[in-house]
Parts: sequence; C-alpha cells; structure tokens
Amino acid sequence: MAKLVIKNVSLKYHTVEDEIEALRDFNLEVEPREFISIVGPSGCGKSTLLSLIAGLMKPTTGSIILDGSPITGTTQKIGYMLQQDYLFEWRTILDNALLGLEVMRRKTDESVAQVKQMLKDYGLSGFEHSYPHQLSGGMRQRVALIRTLATEPDLLLLDEPFSALDYQTRLAVGEDVCRILCQHQKTVIMVTHDIAEAISMADRVIVLTSRPGRVKSEHVIDFGPEYNHSSPLKRRESPRFREYFAAIWKELNSSEQ
Amino acid sequence: MNSKKGYSLEHRKYLRRIRVRQRTILVLQILLLISVFALWEIAAAYGWINQFITSKPSRAWTAAVNLFNRGELWRHLGYTIGETVLGFTVGTMAGIVIAAALWWSDFISRILDPYIVILNSVPKVALGPIFIVWLGTGLKAVVAMAVATSIIVTIMVVHNGFKNIDPNKIKLMRTFGASRLQIFTKVVIPASVPTMISALKVSVGLSLVGTIVGEFLGSKAGLGYLIVYGGQIFNMSLVMAAVIMLSVVSALLYYLVVLLERKIVRYNR
Ligand SMILES: Nc1ncnc2c1ncn2[C@@H]1O[C@H](COP(=O)(O)OP(=O)(O)O)[C@@H](O)[C@H]1O
Ligand SMILES: [Mg+2]
Repeated sequence: MAKLVIKNVSLKYHTVEDEIEALRDFNLEVEPREFISIVGPSGCGKSTLLSLIAGLMKPTTGSIILDGSPITGTTQKIGYMLQQDYLFEWRTILDNALLGLEVMRRKTDESVAQVKQMLKDYGLSGFEHSYPHQLSGGMRQRVALIRTLATEPDLLLLDEPFSALDYQTRLAVGEDVCRILCQHQKTVIMVTHDIAEAISMADRVIVLTSRPGRVKSEHVIDFGPEYNHSSPLKRRESPRFREYFAAIWKELNSSEQ
Repeated sequence: MNSKKGYSLEHRKYLRRIRVRQRTILVLQILLLISVFALWEIAAAYGWINQFITSKPSRAWTAAVNLFNRGELWRHLGYTIGETVLGFTVGTMAGIVIAAALWWSDFISRILDPYIVILNSVPKVALGPIFIVWLGTGLKAVVAMAVATSIIVTIMVVHNGFKNIDPNKIKLMRTFGASRLQIFTKVVIPASVPTMISALKVSVGLSLVGTIVGEFLGSKAGLGYLIVYGGQIFNMSLVMAAVIMLSVVSALLYYLVVLLERKIVRYNR
C-alpha cells in the first residue's frame, strides 16, 4: 500500500485583490521509505503542497490519504521542516530540540535522554545549553532536523531545507541529513530548487509545471548497484548524474516559457 | 574570553582608548550637573537672578532637610513612588492582558482599533476630575490617573509586538499540532519580551507623569502635592527641592526597569 496518496488535489488562495490557483488536479503516490524530491519553478505551489500534506490547510478539492486514512488536520505521523531553522532565540539548543515533544506533551525523561543522544550523535555535544546565535548555520539546521526527528514522524516534509546555507555547508549538511534519514528509514518528500541536490538525494524526482502546479514528469533515479547505498556527494560523480541533470534541467526550462 | 595577555599591544591600546573615552564622558556628565547647580547658586547669591522666584540649591537643600526633620520626607517620597509603582504594575499587567485579548481575536481588535487610537491622543489629565468624583481625592484617584496615563501605550506597543511575530515561527508550532494557547505561551509571549520591556521603559515614565498630575489635582501627600502646595504659599525652595527629588525618582525607576531587562533577557549576548 502506498504511504501517501494525493488525489486530484487543487487549491485556490483567496485574497481581496485576486484569486490564485496554486495547485490544479495534482496527483502523486509515495511508497513507504521512498525519498521524493520535488522541483519546479518558484511560485508553482511547492510549499502549498507541503502545507496541504501537513494538514495546515484543506485542499479546495481532492483528497490526501496517509496510511489509508484521509488527512484532516496536523498529525504526529508527519514531520515538517521549514525553509529556515526558526530556532527560538530565547531557548537553549536542547530546549529547541525538545520543542515538538513539549507541544505534543510527550516530553519524558526518556525522550529527553534520546534527544540528548541525538545531539551528541550529530556533532552538537557541548552545545546543549548554548543559544542559537552561538551556532553556525549548518549546526542550526541540524538542530532543526533533530527537533523534527525527535517527535518520530514517519513521513518527513522538507521545504528547501538547505536554501539558507552557503554552498559548502549545504553539501555537508545534505550529506548528514541523507545519512540520518537513511538510518531512520523515513519516507521523505523534499522540495528544492537545486536540481543537483534533488537528483543526488532522491529515489524519484518530480518536476512540476508552473502555476497552477501539476506533475509535469517523473524521473526514477537509479545510479546502478554500485551507487545504491552511497552518499549524495558520491552519487554526483556517477556518469548517470549528468544525464538526469540535463533531462530535468531541460524540462524545467521549457516549463518557464 | 581571551586572557588579557593574549591580546596584542595595539589591541590593548585600543581597549584603553575606549576606556579613557568612557571615563571622560562620565566625568564631564557629572561636571555639567555640578556646574549648573553652582551657576544657579552663584547667580542667586550675586543677585543676577531673583532668589524669591528661582530659589537656589542651598535653600532647596535646607527645605529638604526641614522636611526630613519633620519626618515628612519619606512619607511624600513613599506616596509618589508607591503610587507610581502601583499604577505602573496594574497598567502594565492589564495592558498586556488586553493586548493578549486583541491578539487572540483579530476581529475584536479591528472593532476597537479606532477607539484605542482616539483614547491614546486624549490628554489623560482631562480624566482627573472624573476619577476624583468616582474615587475621592487621594491614593485611589492618583493610581487611577497613573494607570490611565500609561495603559494605552502599553496596549498599543505590546499588541503591535504580538502581531509582528514571524508567522513562520507560528507555522512551525502548528506543524507540531500546537493549540492557540500553546502558540501564545511558547512563542508569542517569549518572543515579545524585548518589546514588553521597551513598553515598560515608556510606561514607567508615563505612570510617574500620571501620579504627579493626580497629586496635583487632589491629594494630601506626594511630591506632586509638595510642588502645588509650595507654589501656593510661594515657597519656591520647597518647589525646587520637590522637583529635584522627582528627577531622582524618575531616574531610579527607569534604572529599575533596565535592571529587570538585564535579569530577564539572558540570551543574545
Ligand atoms: N497565503 C497566501 N495567500 C495568497 N497567495 C498565496 C499564499 N501563499 C502562497 N500564495 C501564492 O500561491 C503560489 C504558490 O506559492 P508557494 O506554494 O509558496 O510556491 P513555491 O513554494 O513553489 O515557491 C504563489 O504564486 C504565491 O504567491
Ligand atoms: Mg516555497
């Protein structure tokens, strides 16, 4: 059974000045433990799509089904990582990482110990009691990831999670995140505008049309057996990488016109 | 963090230059104050100004000492400080509660918006006689004046702070399924602490204004009472003494808020 089914979803935003159709007849199925990347021109409705899946808004028409039952509001099965880390500057790193658990009233000695362990595992030991402004961009993004993972969602939504980072950090954090997510065997939907990032991390890349967003094409990414378990950086070296890149790039560009 | 030894010679020179500059500024500030008082004293002594209407520092001092000897100094100071702190506390707490209610319901906030703007521009002193009729002369009316003078600004500044919180922080909370109350207590309040403190800095001064006006209009104690009373009996030394004490009180109250700020805002430094 598919983990997530998006069926004929459309969404209109209403403002006093205008009515904006962000998504129209959107269809997508995601398998368990699949890593999906979504690329598309800016403003085509990618963030809108994630907000709908996360249950923050209701689609105008259509339905979204998670594990066989329709999504009606936010659920603890879904973790959503926003475009920036949005760490709270008045909370320590540990307290930031515990935010989700606290809100869900699931903060226990056990879960706190678990989060502390995650901070250690992901290179943040010694920073538990620091404040966000004392950390680098890459470290902050890892804290944000831990904050999301701590609530143990099985579907993760990542909205351009690295766009606030510089190129070097972005590659490094991408490596980390990919490793961590593979370890946890999560289903992931990642929105990005970086084609290379999309290809290097995903099992499948979905290209969207410009607004109103629809699926324009799908690319199953398969680097062959020797690359199956390798890191995103390694995958970038594969000869097939450039083929995928060229194909997706061309599609994106033709959709801009 | 580095030990002093770790710095280069140029850096130590740079630090020393800054220290010297800061000390010079402080010394000049004190000198300025002393010279104003000295000039005032000399001008009065040589008859350049009329002592009868300007008084002079030494006589203001005597007036204060007389008050002290009669055991009235602390009573007057206590009333003014107490009324201000009370008005300020009530005004701030009520102001924050009202701002929270306005944040909670945007609809109500829209309805009330023009009235708050109007109330803000009404001179609160006009309300004085009403309070006196309702509450009688004395402490209650004075505190009501202090509250009335400070609360509107608190409501406006704090509500504005609540509204200007990054919507993405709220979105983040919603992704965890947070209730509106959780969003309020875990994001809106802590994110607005700096705004609330800057509101405090303004409202502590306004409360003092309200207190003095209240004491002018009807009271038997407090610096405001002393000033009016001194004016009526043409005792300018008493008036000047009270005005100088008032300046000290206002500086002290402001400093208290700054201390509070340092205590609360630990992050970000
Ligand atoms: N709250 C909103 N109200 C009105 N229009 C919106 C709102 N949010 C997004 N939009 C519009 O919907 C379209 C899709 O937005 P979004 O999903 O953020 O795009 P993307 O993430 O792909 O850049 C954009 O044209 C945007 O201007
Ligand atoms: Mg977006």
